Amino acid sequence: MSFHYEARFAAIGGQGIITAGAFLATAATLEGKYATQSPTYTSQVRGGPTKVDVIISDEEILFPKGNKLDLFLAMAQKPYDRYYSELKPNSLVIVEENLVQNVHDDGHKIIRVPIIELAEKEIGLAVTISVIATGLVVALTEIVTPDTMQRAILSRVPKGTEALNMKAFQLGLDVGAKLK
Amino acid sequence: MSRQRVYNGNELVSLAAMDAGCRFYAGYPITPSSEIMEVMSKEMPKVGGAFIQMEDEIASIGAAIGAAWTGVKSMTASSGPGISLKAEHIGFACITETPLVIVNIMRGGPSTGFPTATSQSDLMQARWGTHGDHPVIALVPGTATEMYYETIRAFNLAELYRTPVIILGDEMLGHLNTMLDLPDPSTLELVERKLAEPKPGEKYRPFAMDQGDVPPMGAFFRGYRFHLTGLNSNEYGYPTIDPDMIQAQQERMMNKIANHADEMEKNDTFNLDDADILTVAVGSTGSAAKQASKDMKADGSGRLGVFRPLTLWPFPEKELDALIGSGKFKGLFVPEANLGQLVIEVERINRGRLPIQTLQKVNGFPVTPGDIVERIKEVF
Repeated sequence: MSFHYEARFAAIGGQGIITAGAFLATAATLEGKYATQSPTYTSQVRGGPTKVDVIISDEEILFPKGNKLDLFLAMAQKPYDRYYSELKPNSLVIVEENLVQNVHDDGHKIIRVPIIELAEKEIGLAVTISVIATGLVVALTEIVTPDTMQRAILSRVPKGTEALNMKAFQLGLDVGAKLK
Repeated sequence: MSRQRVYNGNELVSLAAMDAGCRFYAGYPITPSSEIMEVMSKEMPKVGGAFIQMEDEIASIGAAIGAAWTGVKSMTASSGPGISLKAEHIGFACITETPLVIVNIMRGGPSTGFPTATSQSDLMQARWGTHGDHPVIALVPGTATEMYYETIRAFNLAELYRTPVIILGDEMLGHLNTMLDLPDPSTLELVERKLAEPKPGEKYRPFAMDQGDVPPMGAFFRGYRFHLTGLNSNEYGYPTIDPDMIQAQQERMMNKIANHADEMEKNDTFNLDDADILTVAVGSTGSAAKQASKDMKADGSGRLGVFRPLTLWPFPEKELDALIGSGKFKGLFVPEANLGQLVIEVERINRGRLPIQTLQKVNGFPVTPGDIVERIKEVF
């Protein structure tokens, strides 16, 4: 069976999750796989429910939207509710613990992490949540290696923010490793 | 130098245009096509071309038409409401037989609709969006790679047939990010317009009737004085009320596309050999149908063949007619992200031979492989 992985990150516009999807797709590409990143957002610059679908495969990808999700990550209740679909029977579900409280109990493995609280307390900057989330995803799924994800993040973040982003990524990795 | 990196679909349209030799872009930004303009604004000056943000969409296509007549390859892009505004000048480009590429990154409609959502609801607008009998070539890419290569083809067809060519992308493809390795532009096969070379003392005739279906162009600033107007014209471009001339010019303008439809035809087929249902779909819905066909084949739940025209207009009548008449299929399936536009053409070609089932989705989200599998199981 060929390798095929589908991830969806859902959030509120402005939380940076579309960029997190770009990090994941870029990292997969660095490992020589096919990858697509396909965002969905609203007309508001910030505040609307957004999502990003990332498909990773060792074959050419025919359709870039999630069809049978291996991973669903949600940063807030509204995007969780709107985009909780196309899951497989054994999808992994990661939710922002404080903002997604009404979680479907339908047999999926659910991991709850207070991502925003972590960002504020440990990093001192809420804007790092999407990078913490990528650390969590790498630790929990091992879909790409920490090294390639690190390179993917560094290739896309603004100059001068590298150290901060690496600290946030490492935090996500550490927290994820404990939850595995 | 390797050109391998992550690109978005809109960016690929812009880069392909410049690789095809486009040296003029005029536009007005609109979601979800804005990245085309953004890339053009940064990159066009680097290749020695001109980029202008005009005051609106109508002025943008007007500028692009004017530029095309100075001898450069020219493009404009927009979405939904912007294409409606451009409709008037699309007709002007048709009647003046101007080579021009017009990109429509389709979004939800009508009116301002759903700006950030995907859609295929402009298929018929591309055919009949401007009034009067007029020739149309419209291409529908269905993958990121095709956003690049179909843009190259659009420029080649525009040059070859001296006519506007519409590219129908959609939001999903425009905003899709993926890794691609683009070719060295010097390896691309490019077409350049045939230029008029009147003998000394002869006048240039922009609509000559004795030089084949496509009269050569005479760019401005090459020593010819001539006239272009939106009115029915004689061979010299001046308005005429001569019924024979108007009839002949109108028929030539239509025939230069109709007589060459076979040369423009381009279709992708998938899993047709062992299929018993024939899916006809375009663009990103066509790609979803291919994934659905693959999934159904893998789990043995169905035998779905896919026929995906990349040239939507002129419609690939002969090939679809042959497939329908082959006796291999028990039914036709037409999924599309609108409320039934492509199916009108399929019905016309089918002439009642096979039962037709549809899937019509206009909620802002793309038709997915899952939607198709579910619908196939429901109706066949």
